Amino acid sequence: MFDYAPAPEAKLASFEKSYGHFIAGKFTKPANLYPTINPATEEVLAEISHGTARDVDLAVKSARAAYEKVWSKLSGAERGKYLFRIARIMQERARELAVAETLNNGKPIKETRDFDVPTAVSWFFYYAGWADKLDHAGLGPNPQALGVAAQVVPWNFPLMMLAWKIAPALAAGNTIVLKPSETTPLSALLFAEICQQAELPEGVVNIVTGFGDTGAALVGHKDVNKVAFTGSTEVGKIIAKQVAGSNKKVTLELGGKAANIVFDDAPIDQAIEGVVNGIFFNQGHVCCAGSRLLVQESIHDEFIKKLKRRMSTLRLGDPMDKNTDVGAINSADQLAKIKKLVKKGVSEGGELWQPECKIPRNGFWFAPAIVDNVSPANTVAREEIFGPVLSVITFRTPAEAVTKANNTEYGLSAGIWTEKGSKMLKLADQLNAGVIWSNTFNQFDPTSPFGGFKESGYGREGGRQGLLSYLKAGK
Amino acid sequence: MRLDVKKTYKLFIAGKFPRSESGRSYQVKDSKSKHVANVALASRKDVRDAVQAARSAQAGWASASAYNRGQILYRIAEMLEGRREQFVSEITTLTGKTAKQAEAEVSAAIDSWVWHAGWTDKIDSVAGSMNPVAGPYFNISTNQPTGVVGAFAPQDSALVGFVNTIAPAIVSGNTVVVVSSENLSLPALTLGEVLATSDLPGGVVNILSGKESELGSWLVGHMDVNAVDLEGTSNPTELEISAANTVKRVIRPGTYPREGSKGNLQHILDLMEVKTVWHPKGH
Repeated sequence: MFDYAPAPEAKLASFEKSYGHFIAGKFTKPANLYPTINPATEEVLAEISHGTARDVDLAVKSARAAYEKVWSKLSGAERGKYLFRIARIMQERARELAVAETLNNGKPIKETRDFDVPTAVSWFFYYAGWADKLDHAGLGPNPQALGVAAQVVPWNFPLMMLAWKIAPALAAGNTIVLKPSETTPLSALLFAEICQQAELPEGVVNIVTGFGDTGAALVGHKDVNKVAFTGSTEVGKIIAKQVAGSNKKVTLELGGKAANIVFDDAPIDQAIEGVVNGIFFNQGHVCCAGSRLLVQESIHDEFIKKLKRRMSTLRLGDPMDKNTDVGAINSADQLAKIKKLVKKGVSEGGELWQPECKIPRNGFWFAPAIVDNVSPANTVAREEIFGPVLSVITFRTPAEAVTKANNTEYGLSAGIWTEKGSKMLKLADQLNAGVIWSNTFNQFDPTSPFGGFKESGYGREGGRQGLLSYLKAGK
Repeated sequence: MRLDVKKTYKLFIAGKFPRSESGRSYQVKDSKSKHVANVALASRKDVRDAVQAARSAQAGWASASAYNRGQILYRIAEMLEGRREQFVSEITTLTGKTAKQAEAEVSAAIDSWVWHAGWTDKIDSVAGSMNPVAGPYFNISTNQPTGVVGAFAPQDSALVGFVNTIAPAIVSGNTVVVVSSENLSLPALTLGEVLATSDLPGGVVNILSGKESELGSWLVGHMDVNAVDLEGTSNPTELEISAANTVKRVIRPGTYPREGSKGNLQHILDLMEVKTVWHPKGH
C-alpha cells in the first residue's frame, strides 16, 4: 500500500479567547467559563460561557420581542432574502467554517469541507425559497409561524444540525434560541457573527451555549412555542416528558441502530464502499449510521474478507490532514462509552477485529472495528454505540432480513443492497425506518425529508414536510 | 303483550364480542338517570388482549391495497346507514337529544366514513413527494401508518366523536384500540357490530368500554402501542409523560374537532410516518 505525505489544511480559522452568548444581536460578556477543546489534540481552543436560566430567559425574551416587533411583520419574500444572504456569507466563509468545525469536533477536514458545510449552506438556500411560498406547504392558505423556537443540537454535525434547525424555522417565520452542544459550540458562535454580517434583525437568532441544564432551562421556558431536539433517545424522552401538557409543538430526531442489508445478488464492491461509508463516516457519530451489517449467510465469509481489506486502507489520524478518513472521537466520555459497549459485546460472544493502525498519543481515538458473529440479543446489536463499530449479523431469506432489521426499538434508517429492483421495493415497504438507502447510504439533501419511526423520534427535517414542524394552519 | 329481547353490550376485540375477561360490568343510564344496560367494564387484561389483536392485524391491514381499504370504509358507511334507526334510538336515550338532532349526528358519522373512505388512495398523492435532490438519485417520500394506535374517544359524544377518532387512524392502515365514552358507550359498542359486518378484518378496530381514568395508564403505557390519541382523557399530562417512555406519537386533547361530517388530513398524517427512499440512477 502507498503511504501518503502529510497534507495538512491551513488553519484558516481563529477564535476569540472567550465567548459570551449571542443575545439580541450582540455577544454578552463571557461568564461562567469552561474550556472547549480540540479532541484530536486536547488543546484548548476557547473559553465558553455556561448558560444559566437567566441567560436563557434573556434570550427567549429577545426572541419574543424580535418575533412580535419585527420578524412576524416582515413579508415572506424579505425573510427569504435574509436566508439567501446567510447562505452566501456561509459560502464565502466556507473554508473557515470547515476548519473551525474540524478543530472543535475532530472529524476529518475532507468531511467538513465537502459535506458538513456545503450541506448546511444548501439547507439555507433551499428554505430561503420557501419563505414566500408557505401557502403551498400543505396546511392551506396563510399558515402561521409558531412563535419562539427552542432548538437543541448535538455535537456530531454541529453546523449542519444548526442549519437543519434554523433555516426552516426562520423561513416559516419563527424566531430562535438555539443551544449547541457543550463540546462543539464554536461553529455556532461563528454563525452568530454571520447573522451580524447578514444584518439579521437583532433577536431573530439567539445562541446560548452550555450544558444539559442550559438546554433543560430552554426547553422548559414557558414562553417557548416550539421545541426541536436532535440527540440521544434518552434525552429525547426527558424532553418529551418535560413538555407534556404544554402547547409546545415538539419534534425529536433521536438515536438509531440501522440495519445495512446486503444480499448475495448485491453489487459487492459498491456494497463494501457503502457499508464502510455507512459506519465509519464521521467516526460512526451518526444517528442514522449503518451500525448493523445484515449480510446474507452465503456471502458472509467473502464479504467480511473484502470488508477487512478495505478497512485496512482507512487512514486514521490528524483530522486536519486532507487524506484522513477517520478522525478523532469527539470526547473522552464518548470514547469511554464506545470502549465499554464493545467490551460488553465481546463478552457476549462477538468477535472483535480492528485493522492495525497507529493511534496518536494525544486526543481520543478508536480504530475502526467490526464485531462479527453477533446474536440479535447481543448488546452491540441492540444499543446505539455512536462510534466506528460495525456489528455483523447473518440472515438467509428476505423475510428473515426484515424481521431482524425491524427487531429494534429504533427506526431511523436502513440500507438495502441488491441489484433486484422488485426485491428492494418490497423490502423498502416492510422496513420500519424513516429513511431507506438502496444501493447507497448516508445521502442527505435539503429537499429530502429525514427523520425516524418509533424511538428514533417524530417529525421530519428537510423538504416540504420539514416546514410543517414550524407551522400551524391559518385561522 | 310481548317482552322485547334486550341486547347484551360486550367488548369488540379481534373481531369477536367478548365480555370483559375480568367479569366486571357497569351500569349505563339514560339522560334521566334510569338504567339502560349493564356494559362490560374493560380491564387491564382486556387492554392487553386488544393491543395484541391490533398488532396481529396491523401488517395485513396496512398491506391491503388503498383501493380495498377505501371500499371497506365505504362499506362501513353503508352498514351504518342501514342501521340508522338503532343509533338514533341509542343516542336519544343516552343524551336526551331530540330525534332530529340524533338523526343529524348519525348522518354526520356516516358522511365522515364516506369522507375518510375517499382518502385512502389519495394521501400520498397529496402528502407524499418526489424530491428533486442535487444528485443522480431517485428519491421519493411516502406516508406509512405508524402501527398500533391507542385512542380515547371524546366523553361527550355518543357516535360521531367516536367515528372521528377511529376513522383517521384506520384509514391509512393503522389498527386501533379505542376506549369509548364511559357514559355514552352504547353506540360505540353497537358500531362494533357494524364494523364486524363490513369486511373489516378482525383486530383492526378493538373497542373497550369502561373508565378512561383506569384504562388510560395501561393503554398508553403499553410498549407495543405506537401512537396515542388522548382526546377523551381526564389526565392527559400524566399520560403524555407515560407515552414519552417509548417515544409514542401523541395527539393532545382539543387538537382536532370530532363533531363534523368530515375529518382533517393533518389528523390522518399525525398517525403516519414519512418514509423516504433513495436509489441511485445509473446503468
